[in-house]
Amino acid sequence: MEMSLLCQRRGIIKSRRFLVSDALTFGLVVGVFVGSTAGYLGSIMVSKHMALVGDALSHVALPGLALGILFNFNPFIGAFAFLAATVIVTWYLQKSTTLSVEAIIGVLFVLALAIGILITPQVDLLEALFGDVSKITLTDTIITVLVSICVIIVTKAIYQKLAVSMISRELATASKINVERINLIYLFLVATIVALGIKEVGTLLVGALVIVPAAAAKNFSSTLSRYCLMSTIFGLASATLGVLLSSYVSLPAGPLVVMVGAAIFIAGVVISAVSKRLKNKEHPQHRYANPNK
Amino acid sequence: MSDTHRAATDGSNQPQAEARDILVVSELSVRSQNKTILEEVSFNVKKGTSLAIVGPNGGGKSTLFRALLNLIPYSGTIKWNDKIRMGYVPQSLVSTDLPISVEEFLRFKCKTDFDTCIKSVGLEKDILRQTLGSLSGGELQRVLIAWAIVDNPTVLLFDEPTSGVDIGAEEPIYDKVNNLKKEAGITLFLISHNMHVVMHYADYVLALNKRVLFFGDRKSLTHSQLLSIIYGNEFALSEEGHYKE
Repeated sequence: MEMSLLCQRRGIIKSRRFLVSDALTFGLVVGVFVGSTAGYLGSIMVSKHMALVGDALSHVALPGLALGILFNFNPFIGAFAFLAATVIVTWYLQKSTTLSVEAIIGVLFVLALAIGILITPQVDLLEALFGDVSKITLTDTIITVLVSICVIIVTKAIYQKLAVSMISRELATASKINVERINLIYLFLVATIVALGIKEVGTLLVGALVIVPAAAAKNFSSTLSRYCLMSTIFGLASATLGVLLSSYVSLPAGPLVVMVGAAIFIAGVVISAVSKRLKNKEHPQHRYANPNK
Repeated sequence: MSDTHRAATDGSNQPQAEARDILVVSELSVRSQNKTILEEVSFNVKKGTSLAIVGPNGGGKSTLFRALLNLIPYSGTIKWNDKIRMGYVPQSLVSTDLPISVEEFLRFKCKTDFDTCIKSVGLEKDILRQTLGSLSGGELQRVLIAWAIVDNPTVLLFDEPTSGVDIGAEEPIYDKVNNLKKEAGITLFLISHNMHVVMHYADYVLALNKRVLFFGDRKSLTHSQLLSIIYGNEFALSEEGHYKE
């Protein structure tokens, strides 16, 4: 009798360990793919003065997520449907009115957040807002890996066009770049990666995955290729370190992912300021080299 | 006064499309927030020629370019007759927030060696390593000119291309563009307030102040006649006196 109880207990402990390590593995894989893809996409978003758009867009997913929970289907599908609808409405309103993207998404964001909070069941609200790595399944992981690869491929294909349209809309149009179509594709890519990252960091913090690595990378970059690379690496590092830290200190992964990203950003600002100061000390004439600047 | 000018002011301003016309614009009107910016503008441009667009501030010169680039809604017709490759130098500042080097920027458009192109706009090779954001206004403007001409365009649109460029550096740039026009047969559209540039480099002149004030052969006009068309007789006379002094 005692022996059989002991065996049962051992079995439960073993299966729990298996579950914990599985969740951690899934969380890490999702972190690697979502973090790096979001960092890559974010390099354009931060430079496009659309940093807050990425953040606001992430909150729009909440009602879709809530519908998924209420009607028992994959919340990712609900979140993505709401994000895609917001992207199309934003794109259309931007084309047909004088409103800026920031203003349109700002309005849609508060509306979606209000609806989302009203319809999300109270018990699931915290998880929806801040994510839960332990709820990431094998299916979620496979979807994330495949979709992230697609997002990276499409982003790479349109990156040059995006960069030119960001530098000057007129230059892009004269170079036969369809700026509106490129912007729409880009917003879709951001929406996709935001939807993928929700389970890991939640709707409130997922925008940080796009913004923080790119903002940090700007401190270290003097070429576009370096900027993309650094932003991707910082995204990957903050997501993976955040998930690892969360399993070590038993705290939610979302806020830790954001805090690791923020730490990289602050370190970047300090290093950049110190190196500028040192350069100015070594070559004081740099400051006055070009009076036209 | 040229025949074309007469045609434009008589109201029978439908340009007749010819085989060599690269662009035919008919009754082009642009309105924004209940304000007329351009009204029934018509003209045509022959392949391999240069057209200077002149006029007072707010006369609609840059708006005309934006319409030609299909950036704004308009009524009327704009018909480019050839398969064109367009180079454009904007007047407005471009965003230099992206940490992109000059070399990367030019490589977007042209994969081949562009050292000659950089030199032709009066820049040193070292500038290729600098970021767009670290350039002075004049340097940036020259990089934009290099961007416009680097892939051998068939049409060039220059909106005050040398604004911010040192006075001495203006002429080599225009000379380079003029040589391109002669050698490669490109068609040049040029907005400029500098009447010397207009008189020296343009084949045709389009004077605009919401409507067409004049359109025709530059040779049919003197410097003061052109000033008088744009700004009125008094200004033209004072400018003439200034030059005599």
